[in-house]
Amino acid sequence: MSLRADLEIIQQWIKPGSHVLDLGCGEGELLRHLRDHKQVQGYGLEIDPEKISTCIRHGVNVLEQNLDKELNNFEDNSFDTVVMTQSLQAMHYPDRVLEDMLRIGHEGILTFPNFAHWRCRWYLGTKGRMPVSEFMPYTWYNTPNIHFCTFKDFEQLCRERNIKVLDRLVVDQTHQRSWLSGLWPNLLGEVAIYRVSR
Amino acid sequence: MSTFAADSVGLVTPQRHSFSEPLQLACGKALAPYELVYETYGQLNAAADNAVLICHALSGHHHAAGYHSAEERKPGWWDACIGPGKAIDTNRFYVVSLNNLGGCHGSTGPSSISPDTGKAYGASFPVLTVEDWVHSQARLADVLGVQQWAAVVGGSLGGMQALQWAISYPERIRHCVAIATAPKLSAQNIAFNEVARQAITTDPDFHHGDYAAFGVIPKRGLMLARMVGHITYLSDDSMGSKFGRELRSEQLNYDLTSVEFEVESYLRYQGQEFSGRFDANTYLLMTKALDYFDPAAAHGGDLAKTLAGIQAQTLVMSFTTDWRFSPARSYELVNALLAAKKQVSYLEIEAAQGHDAFLLPIPRYIEALSGYMNRIEVAS
Repeated sequence: MSLRADLEIIQQWIKPGSHVLDLGCGEGELLRHLRDHKQVQGYGLEIDPEKISTCIRHGVNVLEQNLDKELNNFEDNSFDTVVMTQSLQAMHYPDRVLEDMLRIGHEGILTFPNFAHWRCRWYLGTKGRMPVSEFMPYTWYNTPNIHFCTFKDFEQLCRERNIKVLDRLVVDQTHQRSWLSGLWPNLLGEVAIYRVSR
Repeated sequence: MSTFAADSVGLVTPQRHSFSEPLQLACGKALAPYELVYETYGQLNAAADNAVLICHALSGHHHAAGYHSAEERKPGWWDACIGPGKAIDTNRFYVVSLNNLGGCHGSTGPSSISPDTGKAYGASFPVLTVEDWVHSQARLADVLGVQQWAAVVGGSLGGMQALQWAISYPERIRHCVAIATAPKLSAQNIAFNEVARQAITTDPDFHHGDYAAFGVIPKRGLMLARMVGHITYLSDDSMGSKFGRELRSEQLNYDLTSVEFEVESYLRYQGQEFSGRFDANTYLLMTKALDYFDPAAAHGGDLAKTLAGIQAQTLVMSFTTDWRFSPARSYELVNALLAAKKQVSYLEIEAAQGHDAFLLPIPRYIEALSGYMNRIEVAS
């Protein structure tokens, strides 16, 4: 099984044998990979019944828990790494979730789409309407993505909260890196993968 | 010619085993001799690594699947989940289901004849705990040649036994499936049990538990106990949709005693039916076992510490409208397992049926149980 491109990048940042919490783990692809290849004991949180079933069938530890409710049941510093892929923008309180990630884990790894990507800017600039694309297919009233941000916004939040950005990888929607998006990430990068800590 | 469905275990015959070595109990007494009645479905494989123990809840028994005769109207109590190709697949697993000690379905209990007196034990039958049951089940496992269970599965009081197995015999259980249960009862839960016990013990026919000597049973008390229990097993929604405020006749009678609402009639029927088939002392004993269950008490109330030694992977499931064993209670267990860094999965199943949901074929529940059980590795 080949791993989704962003997960392939993330797994390289996770130490073998570590303790990992995956917020919004989907079908548990990352945790399965980490378990099978890196002896990682992990847990995923998920609310989609179908995805939870898939996790169960694959022997992935999955907990039915809504990230928008408190994560108070997880103790401080109880995990090495807390991962959240493509969910930050769907949280009611993204800042609280980010804080919680770094309370629970030593490190956090996040991915989210960049709303300042040139295509979004072009769409909004020329049409004067909220961007809709194949990558972000929802209209404004039914999108789960209620808190879009840009790379700059995110990094500003990190600075305000004294969160260190350890790594940042800017990629396109197929998670390929290009020299262009490295040059001008906030304009040309579509998805960022951040590794953060306190 | 078989008259049973292809996914039924078909005709089953209860078996029994007599144990002569005394069983030391938590109360300080020892019980000997005693008998356990049980059923098995499927075949124990050569590696003896495919055995699954089913633990029953308050009013359950050994007859979990299949039929005792072609004429039997209803199959065993968990037939929805046990059988060839079902969630607990008897093509893969050797399933063992017993009637717990103290029960009234064939295992030694208060209504059994005491070898010392030649009369029914009655009030003199020792009070049992979940831990005592687990020890008695371990002895049964020895008899059956099961060194380690692939899984111990139970709902409600049965889930407590599954959890106790993981704690008491960590090396003898690979998977613990704890459904609609709690690591201990709440005050409210104990209160409901106390109402049930009061109903029984204040029945004039109770005779301090020795009703057998008087040739009577405290039917009224047992009926009341079941009625109050039954209310707590259902949700407000399920009672509402099942009965609403439906009346048995066209209009109100304006009297104080007649059965007017459908829900009254239903409860009375349930209570009456139950009081004809269940032993009052067993009911008292089962509710006490529920109340006493608190494995963390031995570790200063620290459940995570209590679970530190367990090796089993655990699946915890709860049901949204279950208020007798609410999802929050299951989550206490999940959080302790997390804190102890144990392998655990948790599902909160959307279901309208309250606590009773754990006995019902709710698609998502069955699918999850099936998915979990099917990936348990066993030798072929």
